[in-house]
Amino acid sequence: MTSLATTTATARRLPRIDLWWVPRGLVLGLLAFAIFGPLTNLVLWTVAERWYFPHALPLEYGFSYWQRVFSPRGNAMESLANSVFVASLTVIVALALAVPAGYALARLRLPLRSLILVAFLIPQAFPNLPVYVNIARLFYGLGLNGTIPGVVLVHVTHGLVYAVWIATAAFSAIDRELEEAARSIGASALRTFRDVTLPLAAPGLMASAIFVFLESLDEFTGSFFVGAPDVNLLPLLLYTAGAGGNYQIASITALLLLVPSIGFMLVVERFLKADVLSRVGH
Amino acid sequence: MSKRLLGLILVLPALATITLLFLVPLAASIIGAFEIEGSYGLGNFDKAFALYSQDILFTVVIVSLSTAIIGLVAIAIGGYLTLGENTLAVSILRWLYRWPLFIPFIVVGQVLRTFLAKNGMMNNTLVSLGVITPLEATSFLDWRGIVIAFVWKQAPFVALLVSGAMASLDRGTIEAARNLGASRLRILVEIVVPQVATTLIVGLVLSFVTMMSVLSVPLMINAQSPTMITADIAFRLNAYRDYGVANALGLISLLITASVAWIYLKHNVRSQA
Repeated sequence: MTSLATTTATARRLPRIDLWWVPRGLVLGLLAFAIFGPLTNLVLWTVAERWYFPHALPLEYGFSYWQRVFSPRGNAMESLANSVFVASLTVIVALALAVPAGYALARLRLPLRSLILVAFLIPQAFPNLPVYVNIARLFYGLGLNGTIPGVVLVHVTHGLVYAVWIATAAFSAIDRELEEAARSIGASALRTFRDVTLPLAAPGLMASAIFVFLESLDEFTGSFFVGAPDVNLLPLLLYTAGAGGNYQIASITALLLLVPSIGFMLVVERFLKADVLSRVGH
Repeated sequence: MSKRLLGLILVLPALATITLLFLVPLAASIIGAFEIEGSYGLGNFDKAFALYSQDILFTVVIVSLSTAIIGLVAIAIGGYLTLGENTLAVSILRWLYRWPLFIPFIVVGQVLRTFLAKNGMMNNTLVSLGVITPLEATSFLDWRGIVIAFVWKQAPFVALLVSGAMASLDRGTIEAARNLGASRLRILVEIVVPQVATTLIVGLVLSFVTMMSVLSVPLMINAQSPTMITADIAFRLNAYRDYGVANALGLISLLITASVAWIYLKHNVRSQA
């Protein structure tokens, strides 16, 4: 709704061209460069055979590093399989804990509700390193160090904040009257939950599952202290390759971790609707 | 069974997980911060401040600066998505801003390390546009790199939360103010932002605590001095097996994040009252 005066003025000088596209295009172009520039740079590194300063582009392109990563002797395939397996188990355990907790926080009267919500934030709030060192000591005594269940437990603790907060928001976004209607025509509390509440909350719960999955794929510090060197995961491979100065291997590993993340980004709004989003953390 | 009891039973498994796998080791590390060869004292803190006070200040400044920039970027993006009148520009922005949303921190570290390096694409572009000469090209892999990495990764997250909250606002007040001739910037600052303040603060608090505990970004982008507390903790453990000072540094950053979480709690209590 630009005012009439400016519209006619623009129309007289430059028919059919909106001058506002100059600043708009500039800002959007800069944003596009800030976002896709780094990603393009990473992709270039995955196919660069030789590249050094001051050359703007790689001197030689090729796939020899891809062959090295995916060769039967390379450990990328093992890391990839481990990462996906650990993340899937983490999702199952985290949701089994978060669905009842989220329902209770959204629907039932709880003493100290704010405090309980903040309690799940604690694993994100404290630099995890000293904690993971102490978990590693604890797990060593229990025989969990260097095992998949050990790593899964650490990832569950880390991901619970997303699982619980999003599940709580998903449940509180549901219209109470739908549940009350089901109850008033004789459905039991459990049946109401299974047939009415759970299906309505499903998109939000799906979003929280994907969040937890990605958090587990991303998790680096805990995997390093509890998992390494027995359980190889992709982030550990990326870090060791990067620290060793091997930009190609590090970039290829980073690209493998990028694909599921960007895939989720493209579909997130199908699962996480605005009414759920506006309730996160309330 | 009363609703309160049922609620507690349903929350209990999740709370127990957090307690056993996080609070217990956390308590162990807090106690460890005061432990010096079997006895207790403040020696670890003396050593932590003597060696790392510059890094502690650096961490607070970096994370606060990043949080402020993230807030501004998120409001700008959310505001344009809500108030923008050119539908094409709005949908381009909506498609564009979310790309970094779920990219793992360790990948962000690698992506920006290649981009901001001396021969990275940023310098190459500046050189080819004639903004700088090749001799002036410097690596951005210092504090600027950390701030860029944090903003790059966290601003879309807060923008997503904020634009979701803005989208569910009542359009009536906005239209009314628009009809009375208020500029869009004024509507954003005086009508829209105050109404989504809770969501904005939640997003910023989550970002603040996330940034305080990320290890991979400072390790990959800026491992030299001054660096962030997390990198110092990793160094104390790897190089010296010095649990005392590592735990003391952990407690210091816990106190910094606790004061920020306190702001959230206070705000939440006030808005529910």
